[in-house]
Amino acid sequence: MLRLLDLASPSLADTRFRDRVPALSASLLALAVCSLPGCGKRSSTEATPSSTPAAPSAEVKAAEPAAAGPLKVAFAYVGPVGDAGWTFAHDKARKEAEAAFAGKVKTSFVENVPEAADAERVIRDMVAQGNTLIFGTTFGYMEPMLKVASDDPKVHFEHATGYKTAANLRTYDSRTYEGAYLAGVLAGSMTKSKTLGVVGSIPIPEVIRNIDSFTLGAQSMSPDVKTKVVWVGKWFDPPKEGEAAQALLDQGADVLMQNTDSSAVLQTAEKAGKFAFGWDSDMTKFGPHAHLASAVINWSPYYKKAIQDALDGTWKTSQVWWGVKDGAIDLINLSDKVPEATKTKIEDIKRGLKDGSFTIWKGPIKDQSGKEVLKADEKAEDKLLLSINFYVKGVEGKLPGAK
Amino acid sequence: MKELLLLLGSSIDSGTPLLLAALGLIINERSGVINLGAEGLMLIAAVAGFATARATENDAVALLAGATAAALFAAFFGFLVIWLNANQYATGLALSLFGSGFSAFVGTSYTQESLPATSHHVILSHHYLVYLTVLFTIGLSWFLFHAKAGLVLRAVGESPESAQALGYPVLSIRLAAVVTGGALVGLAGAFVSVVSTPLWVEGMIAGKGWIALALTPFATWRPGRALLGAYLFGGVTMLQLHLQGRGVNLPVELLTALPYLATIFVLVLISRNPRWIAANMPTSLGKPFYPGA
Repeated sequence: MLRLLDLASPSLADTRFRDRVPALSASLLALAVCSLPGCGKRSSTEATPSSTPAAPSAEVKAAEPAAAGPLKVAFAYVGPVGDAGWTFAHDKARKEAEAAFAGKVKTSFVENVPEAADAERVIRDMVAQGNTLIFGTTFGYMEPMLKVASDDPKVHFEHATGYKTAANLRTYDSRTYEGAYLAGVLAGSMTKSKTLGVVGSIPIPEVIRNIDSFTLGAQSMSPDVKTKVVWVGKWFDPPKEGEAAQALLDQGADVLMQNTDSSAVLQTAEKAGKFAFGWDSDMTKFGPHAHLASAVINWSPYYKKAIQDALDGTWKTSQVWWGVKDGAIDLINLSDKVPEATKTKIEDIKRGLKDGSFTIWKGPIKDQSGKEVLKADEKAEDKLLLSINFYVKGVEGKLPGAK
Repeated sequence: MKELLLLLGSSIDSGTPLLLAALGLIINERSGVINLGAEGLMLIAAVAGFATARATENDAVALLAGATAAALFAAFFGFLVIWLNANQYATGLALSLFGSGFSAFVGTSYTQESLPATSHHVILSHHYLVYLTVLFTIGLSWFLFHAKAGLVLRAVGESPESAQALGYPVLSIRLAAVVTGGALVGLAGAFVSVVSTPLWVEGMIAGKGWIALALTPFATWRPGRALLGAYLFGGVTMLQLHLQGRGVNLPVELLTALPYLATIFVLVLISRNPRWIAANMPTSLGKPFYPGA
């Protein structure tokens, strides 16, 4: 999940600041100025004290080769580990990886690291503390990690969802669109109104790819399905996500999906007696009746591999994009309400993705305007998927920013 | 047509916490005390309400718990600004910042939790508090302009010296207003975490307290106008989401800014008539009162 445009609003704390501005009375303006120190409060929830800026001398120490003892691995998270979604999934995998290498690896993490200059300080501090393998789990850490990586060539850096690499900086990501497609298959078999709704975060290729894949999956079960999209402009703003979900339900959608980080969409569907999905993590408990399944990311196979590489000394830079095939993506906890035939179909698709006999992005696929993007039997290359900027046929509305 | 009704319904849902908080702040400010801590109070109430809902699975108890928590903090705020004459603006700001930090700290263990969906009492697809809020608006309007106690409250806000000369305990009346107002603001906060989006997330009030603070001058301190304003703000929020769902191609960033643009627009509109603002604004708003002087 890329957090490209979130740079301008890294946290809800900042949102609050922005929301104050329109309150025009003089007192409120005075308040907005005073509130700036409040942004610093997030450091109080950090799990390790490592948010303090690293002393310049600390970098010298980092250049030493890792001494004997456990491999020190650090993680920088963009959100709280309790977000029940994106960051929670990373942290779960961190714990699993540490358990798998019992005694050989020592991990630590810092949560709520903003996608800004603070990220560089946090990552430098991780280096200073002797970590030799460092994971950054959001798009916005790309430049800071690149910078620190060039200063500390002995340390291995792993950047999630980015596209820039270096000799000691590797990128990794998950094919979340495979989960979106599988969820779409369920949605297509469950919808009665033939209208699906997606709450989108920010219109970047990853999210557009997920909306498209979700729609393609639904159309594979029910060709005339339409998808409505509402963008909330945030990765994590539960009240707003809930309101967006309500707007979609009001317009006749009866199965909802989201590419945001909270469980609010699922909860809204639960209240309305409609269906929805969990995203990134298992969200069954947030809406036991509405929950059709959860499209989850399992980072643990990749984290285990990366740590193994570092332990073996075989770590090499590359761009990794793992999916169902690698155990990184799955659709889990299918509801009892899903017909057996659909469940079998889901299993078939998973098997097909694993052995390579099934491809999601295979022609004929048309875009919204009816233009053929992929000819019959033509398979999409990763390059097309990575830069996708169109809705497929069946998605309603215009893509924000599209010409 | 059906969609329009649904839009109206969800606008009212979305506007209800704004209205509740604005009513609380009107009571506050009519007595001459401005509480800029509304956002922080709402956050404290949101976490208290959510925690209680987890424990009791009863939304009425949870809402009351939220209101009580906020009332306690409001009482402390009242003590500071009414008896110790601390600067109301600075103290309110401190309360707001404290509330967001404190609620985040207390709420850490709740961020992963959910509420059983069955604990809601709904009438015609709206939570009963939505209707109660409307009734309360009417009640408060009557109280302020037709009941003797309301007249006293307004007198304290207009001219505490005169009120004292008439033998009214100005400080106690102000404290009562601050505590009652705080309880309503808290009810609004708990509504968000218990009813609207039944979960707890750090900072989840996301500016609603500030919008409510802007609503009071917007409504010229009148409950009926606050109701219209709150539903209007709720409506603009929901309308932009509806327009998107209909595929209307407006830039999302601009749509998201619509409620705030609306606030500015209306504030500019009403502020153009200083006499109008002066006729409605409690004269002693924000000023400390020294009974001995």
